[in-house]
Amino acid sequence: MSTRRTWVAMTAVMLGWVAAASGRLAADRGVEAVAPPRLSDTGLYADVATLAIDPRNRPFAPQYPLWSDGAAKRRWVRLPDGATIDAHDRDRWDLPVGTRFWKEFAFNGRRVETRMFWKVTPTDWAFASYAWTDDQRDAVLVPASGLADVAEIAPGKWHSIPSEAECRACHDSGRTEALGFTALQLSDDRDPLAPHAEALAPGMLTLRTLLDEGRLADAPADLRTTPPRVAASDPRERAVLGYLSTNCGSCHNPASTIASLGLDLRYALGTTSACAPAAIATTAGHAGHWAIPTAPAGTSRLLTPGRPDLSALFVRAKSRRPSSQMPPIGTTIADREALALIEAWIAGGVPAAAACPSPVSMH
Amino acid sequence: MTTHRLATAALALTGAALTTLIATAHAPEPQARPAAATHRTPVELGAYLVKTMGCNDCHTPFKLGPKGPEPDMARALSGHPEGLKMPPPPALPPGPWLTLNAATNTAFAGPWGVSFAMNLTPDKETGLGDWTEEQFVQAMRTGKHQGKGRAILPPMPFQMLGQLVPEELKAIFAYLQSLAPLKNHVPQPVDPPESQR
Repeated sequence: MSTRRTWVAMTAVMLGWVAAASGRLAADRGVEAVAPPRLSDTGLYADVATLAIDPRNRPFAPQYPLWSDGAAKRRWVRLPDGATIDAHDRDRWDLPVGTRFWKEFAFNGRRVETRMFWKVTPTDWAFASYAWTDDQRDAVLVPASGLADVAEIAPGKWHSIPSEAECRACHDSGRTEALGFTALQLSDDRDPLAPHAEALAPGMLTLRTLLDEGRLADAPADLRTTPPRVAASDPRERAVLGYLSTNCGSCHNPASTIASLGLDLRYALGTTSACAPAAIATTAGHAGHWAIPTAPAGTSRLLTPGRPDLSALFVRAKSRRPSSQMPPIGTTIADREALALIEAWIAGGVPAAAACPSPVSMH
Repeated sequence: MTTHRLATAALALTGAALTTLIATAHAPEPQARPAAATHRTPVELGAYLVKTMGCNDCHTPFKLGPKGPEPDMARALSGHPEGLKMPPPPALPPGPWLTLNAATNTAFAGPWGVSFAMNLTPDKETGLGDWTEEQFVQAMRTGKHQGKGRAILPPMPFQMLGQLVPEELKAIFAYLQSLAPLKNHVPQPVDPPESQR
């Protein structure tokens, strides 16, 4: 901790003159791939002294937030003036060059880090993370290698700022996506059972406000009349599928670099299935690469309806051992609320699984 | 937490150094040491890097030769032998000893549990056959299996390998993919007992 504090303090002093010389980086000055040395230089704030947010940066809250060890998170997006989002694909929006996102992480009432990523070309995004100074007045750019143990968030548990490589592991270089800024995540038909659901605050962007403001180009007409929602057998299953989509689906999906594993936990609005959603169809009854150590030989499955103890999906979400924890990045504390939800869903038999044919065993 | 991380890092480095010593004790006297720039193809550069960076030390099982343990090159880079079932590691007495190595130098017990050297040959079912170049490079960069999976455990020195430039990591992958595939199913890691967590 003391090393981290020293590093942040030294960096703040050393970079002060750089920021003063270079001036504020504003979105309207053009798209730069190089991150400014301080968060206050990124255009997030209208008034650095009071940390008042620039009104051009719009707050939003995804309906299925990513679990980040209980961090209180705030998010903003700035869309370039007059630009629109290509929304013809309801599952994957193409955001305009110059789009910029910020996400602030706070633990125990103190800001710890703010991450920023912004689109620099039609296919490339840049990533940066800022560590907040002890006086909470600003945050300084951390190295691309990240910064370990920046805040103790529970006894013996520390929050680390991820490296750029880790950021890209979830956001996927080459096909970077704003994981919390999609039609489903911003739908006004919000899931009341979503774990750690955040209430919509006045002024937050939603799917409807984006439509009303003309920000979505070529959006399917039904997005306005029928806000998207996870189709499921019951409310609990809806919440589980949404949670899995956010917390697992950014890696476990057919377009991922690990698609060969065969799991598809991302909920896709644009596809219809003859049986259960992909998250169930690709896991129920399937053996995975990893076997549950406590399961009798030959009984470990990715998902075993009725048996959480034989469901690797649940066992690994519960684990925080390096050899098995899922997700492997961005968390050191298991998500008890979500685990209770998933455990009850599996123990209850996974209603939608009944609609699937017998699974083909995976290697 | 920090102490644990320091211990883990130290163990990884110590393990790598020790295994290098064992391996080099049996290595023939080097001829002229070529510079990386002289390698004409990625496979040649990868072969050079694999040989010089100690990959065989853990990923090729050791056998007992006339002069002691030596890498069994008939099973080069195929990882912990499938047929060698390791019993639970014995409890160490109080004191500074902290880790245990199998006689093959392919299984390692320590505070992280038990880890097994992976099969690096391009066998599709048990090795790197279904890995992509991007996954391999990302794995060395992030320390995560396939670049985004479970943590890669000690004593694998991914922190060191991750410092290589992309062309060098891609060359290593190209060389590994050029090997003959050896089917050898390596066990998954074993967590430490609850009492030691």
